[in-house]
Amino acid sequence: MAAATTDNEATGAISRIGPAVRLRSVMNKPAFEAVVADHGPTVLRVCLAVLGSGDADDAWSETFLSAMKAYPDLPADANVEAWLVTIAHRKAIDVVRAAARRAVPVEEVPEIGAAPGADSRDLDLVEAVARLPAKQKQAVAYHYLAGLQYADVAAILGGTIDAARRASADGIATLRRTYAGSTGEPR
Amino acid sequence: MTAPDVPGDLARALATTPAHLTALHDRLAAAAQADGVLDIAYRTLDTPVGALLLAATERGLVRVAYARENHDTVLQSLADRVSPRILAAPARLDPTARELEEYFAGRRRSFDVPLDWSLSAGFRAIVLHHLATDVAYGQTATYGAVARLAGNPKAVRAVGTACATNPLPLVVPCHRVVRSDGSMGGYLGGPDAKRTLLTLETAP
Repeated sequence: MAAATTDNEATGAISRIGPAVRLRSVMNKPAFEAVVADHGPTVLRVCLAVLGSGDADDAWSETFLSAMKAYPDLPADANVEAWLVTIAHRKAIDVVRAAARRAVPVEEVPEIGAAPGADSRDLDLVEAVARLPAKQKQAVAYHYLAGLQYADVAAILGGTIDAARRASADGIATLRRTYAGSTGEPR
Repeated sequence: MTAPDVPGDLARALATTPAHLTALHDRLAAAAQADGVLDIAYRTLDTPVGALLLAATERGLVRVAYARENHDTVLQSLADRVSPRILAAPARLDPTARELEEYFAGRRRSFDVPLDWSLSAGFRAIVLHHLATDVAYGQTATYGAVARLAGNPKAVRAVGTACATNPLPLVVPCHRVVRSDGSMGGYLGGPDAKRTLLTLETAP
C-alpha cells in the first residue's frame, strides 16, 4: 500500500493527501517509522532552506527525536506535517543560537544546501533563499515547501495570517527576480 | 513567456537523496535507543519460510510475523497495542536474527533470546508457555495433548486459537502442534511453512 505520491506532488502549496495517507487517517496512529518515511524528506528540505546544509542534519535529527518522544501524546487526527514543522522551527532557532555562541561571525549567509547534481540555476536559487530575511525564508519554506496553510505558518511565526502571506509573497517575489536574472530572461 | 515555477524549482533544487535520508534515519534510531524512547525496534529477515518481521521491545522479542500476516498490518497492531514509537532498527534484533539463521541451517534446536509476552494473556498465554518449554525440537504434540498440558483437557479448540494467534511463531513452536489423526493441521504461516519446519526438525 505504497503511496504513489511523487516528489513534485509533495512539494506544492496544496497539502499532500495520498491514498495511503487517507487510508491511515481512518485507522489509528501509524508507527513512527511511517511518519519518518512520509515527512522526513519534506522536513529535510525545510531545514535546508532555513539553515543551509551545514546545520540541516542536526536540526532534522533534533526535530524527529523530539517528535518521537512526544508522539504517543499527539492526537490521532493532528496535522502531522504542521506539528513537525513547528518543532523544526524551534530546533532551527536552537541550532542557530548554538552556532552563534560557537562561531566567530565572518559570513552572514549560511552554506548552500543544494542537491547533488543541482545545476547553476538551482545553486543561484538556493543561494537566493539563503540571502532572504529570516521571516521570508521561513514563510516560503513552511508554506511552499511544507505545504502549510498561512494560518499554520502564522501560528509558527507568531504574527497575523496576512503578515505570513505577505512574508511568503515577498520572499517568492525576490526569488523570482533573482531567478529571472540568473536565466538571463528579459525583464 | 511563462513565469518560472519558483516554488517547484526550489523544492527540486533542495531535493534529498535516499542515502542521505537513510543516514539520518539510522542516526535517529541510535539516538532514540540511547534516550530510551525506541519502544519497538524491528527488521525483516529472509528465511526459507519467507520474509519474517521481527520486533522487539526493551524487554525482549515481542513479535515474529509471516509475510502472509501482512507486515504493515502487524506494525499497525503493535502501534495500537504496545506503542507507536516504532522504528526500523536492526541492531536490537541481531541476536534473534542470528539464532533464526542457525535454526534454519540445522545448527540450533532452541532459542535463548529474551521474550516479551505482553501480546499474550489468559489461557492462550498458558498454552504458549507450555509450548515454549514442553514440546521439544523434532517432537510434535496433538491439540488435545497441549490442552492437557495447559491444564484444561477440554479446551482443544482454544489451543487451536492460541496457536493461530501466536505472536511469536517459530520461537514459540506452535508448528509442532498437529491433529490427532496424524495430519498437520493449520498454521498461521501457511501449510507449506509448517511442512518446511517439521521436515527441517526431523532431518537426520
